[in-house]
Amino acid sequence: MKYIEEFQDPELARRLLDDIHATVTRPWALMEVCGGQTHTIIRHGIDQLLPDQVELIHGPGCPVCVTPLEVIDKALEIASRPEVIFCSFGDMLRVPGTGRDLFRVRAEGGDVRVVYSPLDALRIAQQNPTRQVVFFGIGFETTAPPNAMTVHQARKLGIRNFSLLVSHVRVPPAIEAIMQSPSCRVQGFLAAGHVCSVMGVAEYPVLAERHRVPIVVTGFEPLDILEGVRRAVRQLERGIHTVENAYPRAVRPEGNPAALAMLEDVFEVTDRAWRGIGTIPGSGWRLSERYREFDAEQRFSVTGIQTREPAACRAGEVLQGLLKPHECEAFGTTCTPRNPLGATMVSSEGACAAYYLYRRLETPPAAPAHLEASPVA
Amino acid sequence: MCLAVPGRVLEIEEKDGTRMATVDFGGVVKEVCLEYLPDLKVGEYAIVHVGFALQRLDEESARRTLALFADLGMLQEEFGDPWEAAAAMAELGGSEVDGTAEEATR
Repeated sequence: MKYIEEFQDPELARRLLDDIHATVTRPWALMEVCGGQTHTIIRHGIDQLLPDQVELIHGPGCPVCVTPLEVIDKALEIASRPEVIFCSFGDMLRVPGTGRDLFRVRAEGGDVRVVYSPLDALRIAQQNPTRQVVFFGIGFETTAPPNAMTVHQARKLGIRNFSLLVSHVRVPPAIEAIMQSPSCRVQGFLAAGHVCSVMGVAEYPVLAERHRVPIVVTGFEPLDILEGVRRAVRQLERGIHTVENAYPRAVRPEGNPAALAMLEDVFEVTDRAWRGIGTIPGSGWRLSERYREFDAEQRFSVTGIQTREPAACRAGEVLQGLLKPHECEAFGTTCTPRNPLGATMVSSEGACAAYYLYRRLETPPAAPAHLEASPVA
Repeated sequence: MCLAVPGRVLEIEEKDGTRMATVDFGGVVKEVCLEYLPDLKVGEYAIVHVGFALQRLDEESARRTLALFADLGMLQEEFGDPWEAAAAMAELGGSEVDGTAEEATR
């Protein structure tokens, strides 16, 4: 969909686009960090409505996609155990581990349950005192406070048959890692609005200053994205690099203090491996010492896992913005949502799935492999 | 995953010492934890993510966003049957699975 008439407020969309077109004088590359924003951009054809000089590079902000294969394999192993009820958000069901997924584990008899909220998993633990209930705690800073509160409740209520398989990740260290990469072309960032709803914006000025990039806190609706792009482009054209909040209806500079306090209590910062990218220092959370007894990795000694990524999958380059999904040789041929090689083709927030769903018929066949991402024609 | 949906607080009650609310998302009603927004009141709107209210939202913004999400089928994606959604994605049909999102009895 790339018809401006289909926007919620076509008049406002037109005004924002006109302003961007009038402002741009040279090429700029912006990265939207969040997979939810990638989905909106591709679904609405926002990248095609922007001037040719403004390229949107899709970032690694899909928590489903960046959960390491080793953690997925641990989840599959734990979920297969007869004493376990394994609870997860629905978007983890079809993420490929080595050779299978949670969907398959369930078909093979594993007790895998989808919950809307981590508190639902805690309730299942209360109702099943003879079983071990494990919740798959993945996600960015938006999802970490709900999971932290759930572990806190488990301790407060003395629910000992509950544990968390943790693979939480943090946005600012990922931005740092992206900017330090020699092949980085990113000149400005659209920061994820809901992450900032929780965390506020305090972590971003140092990044904007150090790397001389504008960082614009941006929402998820099409008009929000246009406004984020408009502000980032204005800064770039003026040669400035500050942190701006283009999503004030949901983001306060201080974030959510109660959620921040809970994160501080339950989690501690740790290095974290990102699928397809590698280990990023300080980019994750794990349970703090006080809550370590609720750590599923400690409770279930999972050993002997031999991970194996499909060789043809180039999700790592897609997640780093080095490759557009349709430039991968496997895209739409050996890799589809039905038979995904990597997580980026599974998750609704994965860039590959977004291109497959909304852009497949428009994209040319894969070009020869190269690392210079080019905008979709 | 990071989708957060605006909802309106219908009722508030304490459960196991935790502040909980029933919240209406354009017709879908869910139980939501208010511990991170303890002063949220009945009738007010908040952005809700995986069953937790994370930030207040004004009514007009909330209504606009809900209307957009409804138009795009995103409420179905968020609150529909995840097994069906996964099966549809896999083009398997629903025959291999019979789980539902409501397995946690309330």
